[in-house]
Amino acid sequence: MSGTVGAPVSRIEGLSKVTGEARYAADFPLAGLAHGWIVQSTIARGRVESVDAGAALQMPGVLAVVTATNAMRLQDVDDGELLVLQDQQVHYRGQTVALVVGDTLEQARAAADGLPVEYQAEPHDVLLSASHPRLFAPDHVNPNLPTDTLTGDVEAGLAGAAVTVDHTYSTPAEHNNPMEPHATTAFWDGDRLTVYDSNQGATRVHQALVRLFGLEDSAVRVVSEHVGGGFGSKGGARSQAVLAAMAARMLGRPIRVVLSRKQLFSLVGYRTPTIQRVRLGSDRGGRLVALDHQVVEQTSTVYEFAEQTAVFSRVMYATPNLSTSHRLVALDVPTPRWMRAPGEAPGSFAVESAMDELAEACGVDPIELRIRNEPVTEPEGGRPFSSRNLIACLREGASRFRWAERDPRPGTRRDGQWLMGTGVAASTYPARSAPSTASVSAQEDGSFIVRLTAADIGTGARTALTQVAADELQVPMDKVEVRIGDSDFGPAMIAGGSMGMASWGWVVVKACRQLIADIDRCGGVPDDGLVARADTADDIAAQADLVRHSFGAQFAEVRVDVDTGEIRVPRLLGVFAAGRIVNAKTARSQLIGGMTMGLSMALFEESLMDAEFGDYLNHDFAGYHIAANADVQRIDATWIDEEDDQLNPLGVKGIGEIGIVGTAAAIANAVYHATGQRQRHLPIRPDRVLSP
Amino acid sequence: MPERVATLSPIRLSVNGREYQLELDHRTTLLDALRENLDLTGSKKGCDHGQCGACTVMLDGRRANACLIFAVAAQTHDITTIEGVGAAGNLHPLQQAFIDHDGLQCGYCTPGQICSAVAMLAEVEAGWPSAVTPDVAAGPVDLDESETRERMSGNLCRCGAYVNIVAAIQDVVG
Ligand code: FES
Ligand code: FES
Repeated sequence: MSGTVGAPVSRIEGLSKVTGEARYAADFPLAGLAHGWIVQSTIARGRVESVDAGAALQMPGVLAVVTATNAMRLQDVDDGELLVLQDQQVHYRGQTVALVVGDTLEQARAAADGLPVEYQAEPHDVLLSASHPRLFAPDHVNPNLPTDTLTGDVEAGLAGAAVTVDHTYSTPAEHNNPMEPHATTAFWDGDRLTVYDSNQGATRVHQALVRLFGLEDSAVRVVSEHVGGGFGSKGGARSQAVLAAMAARMLGRPIRVVLSRKQLFSLVGYRTPTIQRVRLGSDRGGRLVALDHQVVEQTSTVYEFAEQTAVFSRVMYATPNLSTSHRLVALDVPTPRWMRAPGEAPGSFAVESAMDELAEACGVDPIELRIRNEPVTEPEGGRPFSSRNLIACLREGASRFRWAERDPRPGTRRDGQWLMGTGVAASTYPARSAPSTASVSAQEDGSFIVRLTAADIGTGARTALTQVAADELQVPMDKVEVRIGDSDFGPAMIAGGSMGMASWGWVVVKACRQLIADIDRCGGVPDDGLVARADTADDIAAQADLVRHSFGAQFAEVRVDVDTGEIRVPRLLGVFAAGRIVNAKTARSQLIGGMTMGLSMALFEESLMDAEFGDYLNHDFAGYHIAANADVQRIDATWIDEEDDQLNPLGVKGIGEIGIVGTAAAIANAVYHATGQRQRHLPIRPDRVLSP
Repeated sequence: MPERVATLSPIRLSVNGREYQLELDHRTTLLDALRENLDLTGSKKGCDHGQCGACTVMLDGRRANACLIFAVAAQTHDITTIEGVGAAGNLHPLQQAFIDHDGLQCGYCTPGQICSAVAMLAEVEAGWPSAVTPDVAAGPVDLDESETRERMSGNLCRCGAYVNIVAAIQDVVG
């Protein structure tokens, strides 16, 4: 039987999504359901003195006002954002200070809007700067990587370099903004808690609720069948799940808590702003002799999150002298967390822009410059790569994009009021796997059911896993049902870090092979069926110590309006080397989706800190613009065949994040080529184009 | 309780060809009425502010953001939601095209995109120009990619499915 892995299969749940049948976390009707509405602090630092619930409780339909004085006590966990309503301290503007519960959404919201909260305010500190007096070196950067690295002697390398580039680049705070706001519907059945929750992995939400409420594993069930995007902001439990579970316990009713769009700007994470100094030194031909990447970024006072922005430099280019560093300052701001390609997305903007500047300074074509700096082994650490096909991506992209016809001189192509240019940048993202469990059961009728706590947040995971299982079991896809998004299925990796398919695919392959062996041993499927379970913890621990990364090359064409500074992007092309591609249709969509978000990052996205009040000013889609349909024109994503037997049984590297890595640099480099003006700060707003 | 009575009104809604009699809070938006009271959860809430299009439904065939209309004000209209556009076995061509061209990822914006596209095709049919129509007096609109993108820009998609959404609509237009 010819396999389905690699084929362009339409999404299995597509029908339920185009008809509106698919139910997301806020879509479950439950008898007796009540609604919770979050009240947020209006100061950035200090204490809640009092909450006067009297009038609210007199309003029709209002059931409760939950505050730090009457909230259920939670067990300690290492994430302060989840310890909601446990004390009076205010750590940032927008922090939850109360939950108002009402019979209806309207009643809860009206009472929340008028709830009198008295504060004792203290002066706040919310502005990041490279000279902030409280900068510190964190113990490690996300997920658990060294804060600083040093190979050789960077200062000596720079001092002896024939050509140097030394610039500071910055990226602003950016908010994930999945279209589905975070939502939880919670109810208790005796001592068992069930939540319908919007997340990227029910396992992590399950673990958090078990610990916070001091329950047995079996006493919590997290169901997340359909999730409306996450992009990192749903990577772990968020406080709405805790509030819904708490209120449901306190009131003995099912409770739903849905965040408003505005609340997403303070309660669920965002990408930290970054200030990045990049110094490159090379010989006249552009061969690097030194690379230094210094990053300054922020965290909150509630939970330390250190984005790994400089790690991009640790894998990309060969140089004898290489240093990277991260410094943080803990501000009175909401906690930054993962946003699509944390680390690599902002880091690549700085380094891939700097490489373009170096190419210009050396008079070397930017693709050739990257080829000249291709490393044999990992630049930091010297470990071998399991596979590395950056050059193949650059060459394939150059050919498709007709790069050879490009005139390198900047600011020379004009069509009416439009200046035109093209640019290139490289992409990379780690290819990791994490332990997961799964079961596969053979049914009497010849069909199979796979169960695992995977999440499909729009990636196509459900479909891809069905393809994988069908191939392993050697049956057509319609004989396999893959059930996901239910913590009762046992622990599994989240949809994050581009690790979903690598982790889930691995365990599904293992479980299927086990089942086939069991069927052979039994001489067929017994009347009452047969179940095989698998766990990949040991397999993953036994992996060789290699550098596993996907790579890619992104090409952009831009048009810049000389009068208004408007930038249009008529064409984007991405060529990726990401191991085996399981579903050619959904993979292309995911890569294009990442590039679309990269375009949005390049041109539009910027959360502006209001120093006076201490929160993000532009907290809706009118003020925080994400790419709309008319902002996007032609985007193509493709890949080269890449076989790598050092990854996992499927040979997949993961594609959720690499699409956004390098896009902004490719566009910025194209804007330079069009206008002759460097853009070192994102987003590339019209005012920056007009007054560089 | 008199204050309780004062906040409620009897409301008649006509949705997908069915008549509903409800007693609703005056503050209830059409979107919340559909989702919370009629269990028509296909219409999604992405912003509750008229800024994302996830709640797009049709009022007498014209697209509208259900989050911006109070339910009491929607009583005179024939309302069509995604559930009324087409169901399994009887899909609207746009629904099938979204599946075929993978015009969705997470699917959260999708019901709004499809309702919007259905009404948008009717607008084009009626000869309505858009901001990018070269000559507004020139008669029938040629729904090319640029017109499609412009006319679909009230429906945000964070997954970045725009390229495929445009391809799906273009396929239906033929
Ligand atoms: S929910 Fe109505 S426009 Fe966003
Ligand atoms: S498909 Fe996810 S927002 Fe459009």
